[in-house]
Amino acid sequence: MRTLLELYWTFVKIGCVTFGGGYAMLPMLQKEVVESRHWATEEELMDYYAIGQCTPGVIAVNTATFIGSKLRGILGGIAATLGVVFPSLVIISVIAAFISNFADLAVVKDAFVGIRVCVFVLILNAVVKLGKASVKDALTLCICVAVMAASVLLDLSPIVFVLCAGIAGIVAKVLLAKEGKK
Amino acid sequence: MIYLRLFFEFFKTGLFAIGGGLATLPFLQDMSARTGWFTTDQLADMIAISECTPGPIGVNMATYAGFLVRGIPGAVTATLGLICPSVIVILIVARILKRFKDNKFVQAAFYGLRPASTGLIAAACLSVAVIALTFPKAAGETGLPQIRWQAVILAVILWLLMNLGSIKALKAPAWLKKIGKLHPVVFLAASAVVGIIFHFAS
Repeated sequence: MRTLLELYWTFVKIGCVTFGGGYAMLPMLQKEVVESRHWATEEELMDYYAIGQCTPGVIAVNTATFIGSKLRGILGGIAATLGVVFPSLVIISVIAAFISNFADLAVVKDAFVGIRVCVFVLILNAVVKLGKASVKDALTLCICVAVMAASVLLDLSPIVFVLCAGIAGIVAKVLLAKEGKK
Repeated sequence: MIYLRLFFEFFKTGLFAIGGGLATLPFLQDMSARTGWFTTDQLADMIAISECTPGPIGVNMATYAGFLVRGIPGAVTATLGLICPSVIVILIVARILKRFKDNKFVQAAFYGLRPASTGLIAAACLSVAVIALTFPKAAGETGLPQIRWQAVILAVILWLLMNLGSIKALKAPAWLKKIGKLHPVVFLAASAVVGIIFHFAS
């Protein structure tokens, strides 16, 4: 049952364990949304991510809004979004109020070096799963490698890559397919 | 009416900061200069704490800044202001997408977008790898960054635990398969404990 409360609560859980930015949310989303609850497919997750790169706002929040709205329309989008920001609101307020030197504590520093390593491995796994779902032929492989290389080496906005890739997809599937029929 | 101004300032930040939490940084610096709500030192603290706490970095920054201005109500106002523009835009885009998802142009576009999305995330994965597995460079230091060997060993062990169970050809024992299926939060907690025990930060 995908009640609004369930939607909200799932995203609270995801928000609680997303350490280190929007990309770290991906493995959590795959686990909770795709694998456990089947609320979306890997493909849809990638679609939301791609669009979320081009629209204003924090990517983690955008992805939550997308998934929420897919399941329960406007109210769902709002519920999911409020869910994902709620843990931050609570935890940061507590830290800001009591331990403003939280980041300097030795125990915290040690823990977070460890956590960052884990986040890296989780994202690596996530990339492999996405690769299997999105790279299906030579063209998609080229797009993936080209975007990755260009993103590492150049300083362009992700919007450029997303637009080019979208156009490449349209050219390949729609325009060239018509040529083939002539 | 400071709440209104707080909401509005973070609404602007949320509207123009495209592409991830740290994109909010220049807007926050500008806000600090114009409003005097927080100093650049506090901004640096915000960044450090936001990286250490769960949740999207941009949201954490807004919450912290809002808290500095007006406590908990300030934190809530700033956060809602930040997420408002993106929620509205995404809801509209999602509606349009629903109506057009069977359109062949849309499907063709997504066929191209998905590998691009994967490529972008793979690139981000690379920078996460550098941050996680190397020591930050001291000022003026040149050449390749030094590798944190403890981190690399932990990474390899984590990868093995998470993945060996699912490689069919290896016919892994049942306990290994079970470990591979654990929720990511278990691995995160374990990594934090390992970090503390082995003093990863020193």
